[in-house]
This record gives sequence, structure tokens and C-alpha cells, in this order.
Amino acid sequence: MLTTETTDRRLSAQGPVAEQFEAMQQQQASNQFGMWLFLATELLLFGGIFASYVVYLFLYPQGFSEASNLLSLPMGMSNTAVLLTSGLTMVLTEHTINAGRRRSALLFLLATLALGLSFLAIKALEWHHEYQEGLMPVLGLAFEHSGEHAQQVRLFFHFYFSLTGLHVFHMLVGLGLLGTIAVFILQWRDPPRIARQVQITALYWAFVDVLWVVIFTLLYVLRL
Amino acid sequence: MSEQRAYLPDIERGLRFLPEQASRFAGDLDIFYLVMVVVCGLLTILVFALICYFGYRYRANSHANREHIPSPRTSQRIELGVLTIMFVVFMGLFAWSSDLYLGQYRGPQSAMTINVIGKQWMWKVQHPDGAREINTIHVPVGETIALRVTSEDVIHSFYIPDFRIKRDVLPGAYREVWFEATTPGEYRLFCAEYCGSYHSRMRGKIVAMEQAAYQRWLSRQGQHDTPEVQGARLFSSYGCSGCHIGESSVRAPELAGVYGRPVPLSSGGTVMADDAYLRDSILQPQKHVVAGFNPIMPSFSGQISEDELLQIIAYIKSLQPEESGTTPPDDTTDGEEP
Amino acid sequence: MSVVSGNAWPANDLWPREHYLSSGFRLRDWLLTTDHKRIGWLYLASITAFFFLGGVAALLIRLELMTPRGDLVTADTYNQLFSMHGIIMIWFFLIPSIPATLGNFLLPLMVGARDLAFPRINLLSWYIYTIGGIFTLFAVIAGGVDTGWTFYTPYSTMFSNTAVLAAVTGVFVVGFSSILTGINFIVTTHKMRAPGLSWMRLPLFVWANYATSLIMVLATPVLSCTLLLIALERVLGIGIFDPSLGGDPILFQHLFWFYSHPAVYIMILPGMGVVSEIITCFSRNPIFGYKGMAISIMSIAIFGFIVWGHHMFVAGQSLYAGVMFSFFTFLVALPSAIKTFNWTATLYKGRIHFTAPMLYGLSFIGLFTIGGLTGIILASLAIDIHVHDTYFVVAHFHYIMVGGMVTAYLGGLHFWWPKMTGKRYSELWSKVAALALFIGFNLTFFPQFILGYLGMPRRYHEYPADFQILNAMSSLGAGVLAIGYLLPLVYLTWSLFKGQPAGSNPWNAKGLEWLTTSPPLKHNFVQIPRVTEPAYAYDRDDG
Repeated sequence: MLTTETTDRRLSAQGPVAEQFEAMQQQQASNQFGMWLFLATELLLFGGIFASYVVYLFLYPQGFSEASNLLSLPMGMSNTAVLLTSGLTMVLTEHTINAGRRRSALLFLLATLALGLSFLAIKALEWHHEYQEGLMPVLGLAFEHSGEHAQQVRLFFHFYFSLTGLHVFHMLVGLGLLGTIAVFILQWRDPPRIARQVQITALYWAFVDVLWVVIFTLLYVLRL
Repeated sequence: MSEQRAYLPDIERGLRFLPEQASRFAGDLDIFYLVMVVVCGLLTILVFALICYFGYRYRANSHANREHIPSPRTSQRIELGVLTIMFVVFMGLFAWSSDLYLGQYRGPQSAMTINVIGKQWMWKVQHPDGAREINTIHVPVGETIALRVTSEDVIHSFYIPDFRIKRDVLPGAYREVWFEATTPGEYRLFCAEYCGSYHSRMRGKIVAMEQAAYQRWLSRQGQHDTPEVQGARLFSSYGCSGCHIGESSVRAPELAGVYGRPVPLSSGGTVMADDAYLRDSILQPQKHVVAGFNPIMPSFSGQISEDELLQIIAYIKSLQPEESGTTPPDDTTDGEEP
Repeated sequence: MSVVSGNAWPANDLWPREHYLSSGFRLRDWLLTTDHKRIGWLYLASITAFFFLGGVAALLIRLELMTPRGDLVTADTYNQLFSMHGIIMIWFFLIPSIPATLGNFLLPLMVGARDLAFPRINLLSWYIYTIGGIFTLFAVIAGGVDTGWTFYTPYSTMFSNTAVLAAVTGVFVVGFSSILTGINFIVTTHKMRAPGLSWMRLPLFVWANYATSLIMVLATPVLSCTLLLIALERVLGIGIFDPSLGGDPILFQHLFWFYSHPAVYIMILPGMGVVSEIITCFSRNPIFGYKGMAISIMSIAIFGFIVWGHHMFVAGQSLYAGVMFSFFTFLVALPSAIKTFNWTATLYKGRIHFTAPMLYGLSFIGLFTIGGLTGIILASLAIDIHVHDTYFVVAHFHYIMVGGMVTAYLGGLHFWWPKMTGKRYSELWSKVAALALFIGFNLTFFPQFILGYLGMPRRYHEYPADFQILNAMSSLGAGVLAIGYLLPLVYLTWSLFKGQPAGSNPWNAKGLEWLTTSPPLKHNFVQIPRVTEPAYAYDRDDG
């Protein structure tokens, strides 16, 4: 039987161990490992679409670069900046809560939440923009692009809306988690447990960040 | 329903264990298949026999000698031995099968190409001389026949068991399959890829005939315009000739002699002008723009049917620069050709 | 310690006063339980229901095929029947069969843990499974789905006007249940093994479930993404696989088989694990070549990811891609061959008891051998051109999945039933059932190999008249097979109420799960056991 190590003074390492585990160290390692596995599945979920996108990128390099030009690079850039900053505040949340500093943890968490929301706002604005330009070939909406490669541009926008839509869905899940944790911090019932929840959520949030960077690179930046 | 069934060409046969060998490939394949069956059968019998023997000899209340079971090292060696033997056997089979396959798919030069279009739930056939058939294909024996297959709707699969050939028939793409029938007779044609309600009625037959009989059959089909002639007519009725013929005001690539040659593209690089390229150029003109030309051609996607496409392609293929053999489109009055 | 004898259950009537079934009899004690053993039962009940539902569809298919004409059901109904049969049997029975029932029940016991790493996620996975099941049942009620279980585009996206969306949603949802189960198993195997239980001492059942979980975690999301794209195509009009927009329907097949080929190994590896436990126990021999067995399980799981193209030999991939995929497929057969050899060799100089689980186990070896070797025939490019999409393929994968996995599942159920319920079942009837299964199965599926080489395509509602004799044999066999599946339902249910107590270790088997009571305690063990010997430390002379 493992002896519980008392050297770990972080808040997340305190508290009673769940009944199926022998030690807190084992419990935490299991949680982290489980979350990493989950993120691996998420990566593969997007991976299928990424792979398809790359296949078409090689098939229709001109059409896709023409379509890529139609996206708003400034909006994409600012969204990247916003999301990376939120990644920073999330890390700070994790640090402060592990130190037991409830107030600053809450502040950083709310900042993360706000940044996440502004990401969504910018994204909505971008979508609206594309809707007005007639670049939204979904739900039977008219597609009004008449460049050289209209058909391939249309295909590109199918990818664009699938990928960004799926990413926005992940953002919403993440924001839901952050909101729930904010409520937990306000109640402050089982602090070590909240600290562990923050750790796991931070992992997820970082993943959503990285995902965006990949999507941004593929759709906005990469040309053949 | 009964009407649907009426045209299904069912071929009467008794119970048997191998389909007929009616193509050149069939015999080769069957030899390989039988060797496979023997190898796999022997291995299966070996496993069953060992289980039965051990089961009897080492049954719980037997007094068989149970001393000296193999040590881990010995058992590892035995395992590796089995692995090596299986590896050699499997690789041998793999090499043989791949060789057969590559031979079959690379195929020899074909004598003629028949166009086959699958649609829910029938096969439409057009012969090089223009004769059309539905669900039946007449072919001569002893000649390599290529089929250019495509689909108007979903994925089908062109399957002749007696010839041992199969090829998926995809919408928006041309695939080729070829065979050489060896024995005159009637052979089944199946759709092997599930394609909707009446998938099991998407059947037809191949009628393989001696050369002389085939020629008689052809002549009985009456006079037809060849696909080239029909293509020529479409070429002008769709207005292609307005730009692609000699001295038009709009500049468009000259098509005579283009087939089978590399074409330089405006994006740099070249593409081989094959069936797929011509097809794409008609349906998605912007996909490959020829170097030095403006992308002004409209898409004909949705306006031209699959058989018309094949006819236009046949026409473009027939255009050779300064050659006397080809009939220019405007001279053809009614396409009467012997 | 009493010993298994040829024909009698040991006279051992231990019945624990406290166990996992005795604490809490209300509905909520079951529906809100986080006990892996009870969740195993929830899964067992649900997959049994789906198994018989899919079985009814299979019987109707076989009845229809008694005659060459489509006289029992219409073509559309027939298409819906085989689609539902495939969807239900694959995603709602075979994939969760051994992992989610026996695996759920046994994995923590076998590694000496009190529960899985994430008990609540385990319960969640069952609820997700149920929701997926409801969507699928809804698809059946809302007019069925007729795409086949493969959902090939563009038929599924643009041509079928059945309840494709509901069925796709059902499969999409149920995918997450296997992802969660997979994560739970992997973490449990990595982090929660009892002291002394090193990787090389793990029972092969744990290895097999571990490998299966890896596939579940890595392959299922690709399926989810593919199904998502189909749903988007139907709902939003996105056309990533639409040929008229320049999309490629073959891309769908690549993505689909990237999941579905490894999924075939999800549907056989756990069976291999079960059989390794049974064969060793009833031949009182350690497994022949433990290391080789563990390595081959893992290599099957890994190689399984690079052979998906063998489903597309006639779909028009390049010649050399075809040759490569064929090559890898031949390679993946090697570890399977080793496993078959090792099971057979385990019998050598053993002390063999022909109990019901052993009969199932031996049937498995035989049927799996035939299934595996016909897989080699299919991997041969030249032959596959001829038999692809014919009954040859149908027979082959039924040998693996039904002859292999379902037989192993029933064998496992019979082997651990005394542990799970603490009760004995009828020895005679269980042997009759095992025999009926073996005979019925071969009668059903062997004629289909011949049919396939004769060229009868699969998914045919009507067929040429000369195929009738073989089809009728197959349908007859299906009747016998049905008896083989119904019998256990009867006598196992009977044993729940009338069976004699089994005692903690009726088979005198090794493995940590036999160290606790039958039925096990709520937290599995009074004290976490300490492992000092390798797996299958059987002694040939103690019987």
C-alpha cells in the first residue's frame, strides 16, 4: 500500500481520497491521465476533418487559397490573441487556487470566462459578416460568390463552418464548465475538490486553445 | 412488380460449387483459389485434429503421461518456428495473389471500349458503334473488351462472377474494367454495391458470342450513329463549337489532338488530357485552366447527362489535327456510316 | 481445496451474508449505482435486449432468403431489416458485449481494485448507451433506415429518404459510451493494479480489454467525426462527400473504415481474452507462451489501424495502395495464427475438463480458425476482386464476430456466471446449448462461403434460383442457432432463482476474482490482495 506523501502542499492534494483509490497521488494521476486520454479522442475527432481538409487543399489549392482570402484575417488574429490570453488567465487561476487564494482565483476565472465570451462575440460578428456577403452555403442559404473557383470556394466554406462550428461547441462546453466552477468557488464547500476540478478544466481549456490555433493556421494562413 | 421482374434476364443453372470459367482470368484465379482452400483447409483440419486428439488423450481422468512440459525457452522457440513457417506461407500466398491482381488490373491493350452507366436500378450500355442496350451487353469472345463505367447517382458495382471481375461504379468518375470472354454463352451481371430499394434487381447479362455471330448481331441492330457522331452533334448544339472551333471570336483552347497529351496549365504544371480531365473540363471548367487562356468557360454541370458526356468525350478523342480519317462535325448530315 | 471434476459441481455451499447484490433493492439503487458490478448488470440486460432484437431481424432475413423471390417482405423492408440488424448487432451488442459486461464486472476484480478509476463516468457511459439506443429504436419506429450499417455516401446523404439522421445520431451517441468505457479501463489498468501485479502478471483478459480500450479511444472519435459530417450534410446541406461539389465519396469510405476496421478488433480481442482464461482453467495448464500472447494482442491492436484499405480493393484506390493494404493484412494474420497455435498447445499434457465454458472455448478456437483463414483468402487481392461484397465476406465476418465473439461471450458468461450470481446453472442444458450453437452456426454460415464464391452478392432481397439450396441450408441452420441462443436465456434465468449456491471458486480457477466471495463483496475485497505469482499458475496434478 502506498503511503500518502505529505510533501505536496497544493490545495488539490488535500482532502479525503475517493473510495476506489488508495492514495491522493494515485487519484490525481488517474484523473489527469483520464483527461489526457479524453483529449486524445477529441484530437482524433477533429483529426478526421483536418485530414479531409488537407486532402482537398492538395486537390484544389487555388480554389482554397481564393476562399481563404475571403476570410477576415484581422478577426481571426484577434480571436487568436483573445484565446491565448484566456489560456494565460486559466493557468493563473490554477496557480492561485492551489495556493488557496480564493479571491484572486475567482478573478482570474472570471477573466477567462470574459475572454472566452469575447471570442464567441468576435466569432459571431465574423459569421454575420460572412452571412451578409453570401458566403454561408448552409441550410439552403444562397451562395453568392462568383470568382474563378466558385464551387471549390463553396467546399472550403463547408469546411470552415463545420470546423468553426464544432470549435464553438467546444468553447460553449468549456464556458459552461468555467461558469459552474465559478459558482463552486463562490460557495467554497470543498476547496481541495474545486482545486482538482480547476486542474482538469484547465487542461480542457488549453486543448480548446490549441485547437483554435490549428484551425486558424489551416483555414486562415496555410496556402499551397 | 411483375413488370419489373420481366426484364430480369435470369439464367438457368443447377447447384454447383464453382462458377463457370468464362474469361481468361477465371481459370488462373480458380487455381489460386483452390490452392488457398487446400492450404487453409489443411490448417483448419490440423487445428481441429489437435483439439480432438489432446482432448481425448489428456481428458481429466486419463492416465496419460503429463511429465516434461516444454520449458518457457522451448515454447518460445516453437512459437518462433510456427511464426516463421506461417510468415513464409503467407508471404508466398501474398506474392502470388498480388501478381495475379496486378496482371489483371494493368491489363492488355483493349480492342474496344464499351460505355456502361449505372443508375438506380439498371445498366445502360452504349457500344463503340452506337448500338445501345439496357441490362445486356453483347461481346465477342477472344477479344479484350474494356468497359468505361460511371454512375448517374449512387455507388454501384459492376460484377460478372463468371469472369471473376468486379469494379465499383462511382458517380463523377470514370473507372475502367476489362475482360476477355473465352466461351460463348450468357453470363450474369450483378450490382454488388448496395444501391437502394431494388439493388437486388439491378441485374443483367453478358452475352458472349463468336466473332461471326457477334457481327451478325451487330448488323441486326440497325444503323446507329457512333458516339463520335452523336458527340459532334452535341458539340454544336451545346454551343461548344462556338468557341472551340478554329476562327471563333472568343479564344478557347484548340481541341484537335489534345487527347492523350499533356496540357500545360495556367497554375503551372501539366495534366494528362484523359477521360477524367475532359470530363472535369466540361463540368468544372475552372479546375484546370489551360495556360494562356482566361477562365471564361461556363460550367455544364447539371445540364449534360452522363451518356452525352461520354459521347462528347468520344468526339473530342476522335479529333486529330490534319487527318483525313475523321469526319468533321459539319459535314455529317445524318451520321450514316457503314 | 475442492477440485473441478468432469461432471459434478463441487459440494461447496458458501453463501456470503453481505455482498454487492444484497445492499439495496430499490430501483434507484440500481439506476444510480456506481458499483462496476451492478453497472455490468445494467449493460448485460440492455445488450441482451438488443441482441434478441437484432436476432429477430436476422431470422426474418433468413426466412426471406428461403426462396429466391421476395415474397415475405418488400424490398424496402428487407433493406431496413439488414440495416437494423447490422447497426444493432455491431454498435449495441458486439462492441459493448464483453468489455461493458464481463469487462466492467471483472476488470477491477482481476487487477485487485475496489472499483474502476471513474465509477460515475462508468454509470454515465451506460446512460449514454441507453440514449443512443433510444435514438436507434426511434429510427426503427420512424420508418427504419435502409443504408446498411456502413452508411455509404452519397446514398446515405442524398438518396435515402429513411430515418438516417436518427440512426446516425444513435450511433454517434453510443460511440461516446465506448470512449468513456475505454478511458476508464485504460486508466484502471495503468494506475490501479494491486501490489505485485506487474504488467507481465496480468491475466490475458485484462490485456485484451486494455488493447480493446486503446482502439475504442483512438478509433471511435474518427467515426464520430465521419457521422457528424453525414449529419451536417443531411441537415445543413454541407457537401464534403458530395461528388457534384467536387467532394469525394471515397473519402467517406476511408474515414469510415479507419474506424470500422479497428472496430472489428474491438469485436474479437475481448473474446480472445475470455478464451485464454477458460482454456487454461479447464486444461489445468498455464497458457502456452504468455509473453507471445500478450505481444500478439497488442500487435493486433496496433496493426489493425493500418489495414483499413482492404475494405476498398474494388473501390478504386491505386493499385499499389491495394498491394500495401493486402500486405499489412497478411501480416496482421500472423499474431492471430500464433494465438490459435498457443491455445491449442495449452491443451498439451493438460488435464482437460469438458465443462460448458470449455465447450464454448473450444468452439471459439475452431470457428475463429475458419474465420481467420478465410480472412487470409479475402486479403488476397485477386480473390477479393471476385468475392468482395458477396456472401463470402458475410460468412467470413460472421465466423469472426458471431462464431468468435458471441461464442466467447457466452463462454465467458458461463464461466463467470457462478461468480456474478453465486449460483449454478444446469450442466446438461448448458452443454446442449453449446453444441446447438456449434452445429447451428456452421450450418448457417458455411454454405455462405460457397454462395459467395458462386457470386451471390450480399444485401440481395431476391436472387437467382440455383442459389436456393444453399440459402435454404443456411436458413435452416439459423433456426438451430436460435435455439442455441435461447436456451441459455432460459436456464440462466432459471438458475438465478432456483440455482444452488456455487461457492467462491467452483472451478478451482486462478485469478484474483476467485479470491473473493460469490457473489463478490460490495467493495470486492476485504483487503486488497498482494500478488506473488504469474497468471495461470495452474497445477496439472491437482485434479
